[in-house]
Amino acid sequence: MTAAPARAPKAAPPQGATGPGRPGHRRSSPADVALLVLGACFVLPLLWLVLASFDAGAGHETRVPGAVTLDNFAAVMTPGLLLRPLWNSLLLSAGTAAVTLGAAVLTAYPLSRYRSRFNTPFMYAVLLGTCLPITAIMVPVYGLFVQLELLDSIPATMLFMAATALPMAIWMTKNFMDGVPVSLEEAAWVDGASRMTALRTIVLPLMRQGLGVVFIFVFIQAWGNFFVPFVLLLSEAKQPAAVSIFSFFGQHGAVAYGQLAAFSILYSLPVLALYVIVARGAGSSFALSGAVRG
Amino acid sequence: MPARTGGRRLLRYLPVLPALLLLLVFLAGPVFWAFQASFTNIGLTGRNARNPEWVGLENYQRLLLDPVFPLSLGLTVLFVAGSAVLGQNLLGLALAVLMRRARPAVSSLVGMAVVAAWVLPEIVAAFAAYAYFSRDGTLNQLLGGLGMAQPDWLYSWPMAAVVLANVWRGTAFSMLVYRAALNDVPTEVAEAAQMDGAGGWQRLAFITLPMIRGSIATNLMLITLQTLAVFTLIWVMTAGGPANASTTLPVLAYQEAFKFGDIGYGTAVASVLLLIGAVFGVGYIRLLREEKR
Repeated sequence: MTAAPARAPKAAPPQGATGPGRPGHRRSSPADVALLVLGACFVLPLLWLVLASFDAGAGHETRVPGAVTLDNFAAVMTPGLLLRPLWNSLLLSAGTAAVTLGAAVLTAYPLSRYRSRFNTPFMYAVLLGTCLPITAIMVPVYGLFVQLELLDSIPATMLFMAATALPMAIWMTKNFMDGVPVSLEEAAWVDGASRMTALRTIVLPLMRQGLGVVFIFVFIQAWGNFFVPFVLLLSEAKQPAAVSIFSFFGQHGAVAYGQLAAFSILYSLPVLALYVIVARGAGSSFALSGAVRG
Repeated sequence: MPARTGGRRLLRYLPVLPALLLLLVFLAGPVFWAFQASFTNIGLTGRNARNPEWVGLENYQRLLLDPVFPLSLGLTVLFVAGSAVLGQNLLGLALAVLMRRARPAVSSLVGMAVVAAWVLPEIVAAFAAYAYFSRDGTLNQLLGGLGMAQPDWLYSWPMAAVVLANVWRGTAFSMLVYRAALNDVPTEVAEAAQMDGAGGWQRLAFITLPMIRGSIATNLMLITLQTLAVFTLIWVMTAGGPANASTTLPVLAYQEAFKFGDIGYGTAVASVLLLIGAVFGVGYIRLLREEKR
C-alpha cells in the first residue's frame, strides 16, 4: 500500500506526459513541497535511530557519526543479549499467529457457509472484541494468570495473545473466505468429500494469499507487542526482544545509546520486511485497514 | 426430524469451539474478573493476595476522592482529543488529500516515511520519540538552530511531547483509511463541481468530505479506541511523570496494580477504562450497521 495504490486516472493522460507544470494538470508542486516537508517531520525521529547505531559515542542528539562503525552492532550481537530474545520473539509471534490463524479459519468456515440466526450476533460480538482496549485488561489478566498459575509461561502467553488477535483475525478471514465461491465446493460435495475436506483441499488453497495476510498481520502485532509479555513473562530467559531491550537499556543506569539503536534496528528489520511483503502482495486492496472496515 | 436437524446444525458449528474457548477464557474472563475484583481489596502480594475481602464500592469511592484519578481522566481525554481526534485524524486527512495532488513518486516516498513510524515495534518507536524529545535531542537541536528556546520537553511539557509522539506514531492509520476512501470518490463528481467554478477548498468541504463521512466516523472511533489503550509510548517517554503530569488511565492502572501492589484499586481504574472503551466500541458497531442499511 505504500506503493501508490492504483487509482482511476483523471483523464488517462498518455504515459510520460505527467511532468510538472503542465497547464491545468492536477499534480502541482505546492502539494509536492508540502508533502515533502511533512514527510521530513516523520523521518526525523527515525534518522536519529539510524545515525546513532553507527556512532560509537552516540547520545540523544542527531549527528553524523565522526567515524562510521559497526561496533554497536557487534556489541549487541551476543547470544544472551540479542539472539535469545529474538528467538523468544519468533517463538511467541509465530506460535500466536499459527494458533490465531487455525482458530480463525475454523470459526470463519461455518460463519461464511451457513445461514443462521447465530451468525450476525456472533460477528458483532467479535467486532466488539476488536474494540477492547487490551491495556485495560492486563491487570485482571495478571490476576487470572496468578490464580491459574500460568505466570511466566510462554505457551499461556501465546494463547492469551492469540485470543487478543482473534477477533480481528476472524473478521478478516471471514471476509477473505466470503470471496471464495461456494459453487466450487459443491462439486466436491457431490463427489462425496466432507465439509472439512472441502475446506482443506479447495477453500484454503484458493485463499492462501488472504491467509498469508492474516498470519503476517498477527505476527507483526505479536512481534511488536511490549506490554503483554512485559506483564506476563517474568524470567529473563523467556522474555522476547521487546521486553529485554527495555529491561536492559531502560533500567541499567548509564545507557549506551548506540547499542540501543543498533538493537532496535536489528529487532525492527523482520517486521519491516514482512510489512513490505504484505503491502506489495496486497497491491491496491489496502488489506490491513480495509479489513478493519468490514 | 426437527431435533435431528437441530443437532446437525449444532454439529456444523463445532469448529467454532476452539476460538470460542480462547475468547471466553482470555478475553471475556478477565473482563468479568476485572469488574468483580474491583469490589475487593485484592493485593499483588501478602495476605490480600490469597484471601481478598469484599469491600463493596470502596475502591470506586477512593477513585472519586483520589485527586490523581480526575487528573488522569482529564489527561486521557486530552491525550485522545489532541493526538487522535485532532492530530492523527486531521494530519492523516491532509496527507491523503495532498497525496492525490502530488506526484506519485513523492506521494509514495512520503507514504513510506509515515507508515514506517507505524509499522515499527512500539518499544522502538517509543525509544526514538524519547530521544527526539529529550533535552539534547533532535527537536531542541532544530529549535536551537532557529535560535529559539529549548525547553526540556519530557520534564516541562510531558503531555505535549507524548501527544506529538503519538501523532507521529499513529497518523499512518488515518492516512491509509482516507487514501482508500478518497479513491472511492468518483472523479466525475469533483470534475462537475470544478466546471461549476468550485475552488479546491470548496470541493473538499462540500463534496469530498460529505462523501467520505462514513470513513471519517469509522476512523475516529477506531483511532479513539487505539489511543485510549496507548501505554508503552507514555511509559517509556515519561513513565507518567513528572509527578503524574502525564499519567493517563492505562498508566495509572498499571502503577496502582504493579507498583503499589493494589490490584483491587488498579482493576477499578481498569474497569473505568473498559467502560469508556465499551461506549466507543458500541458506537462504532452502530455506525457500521447504519452504513450497511
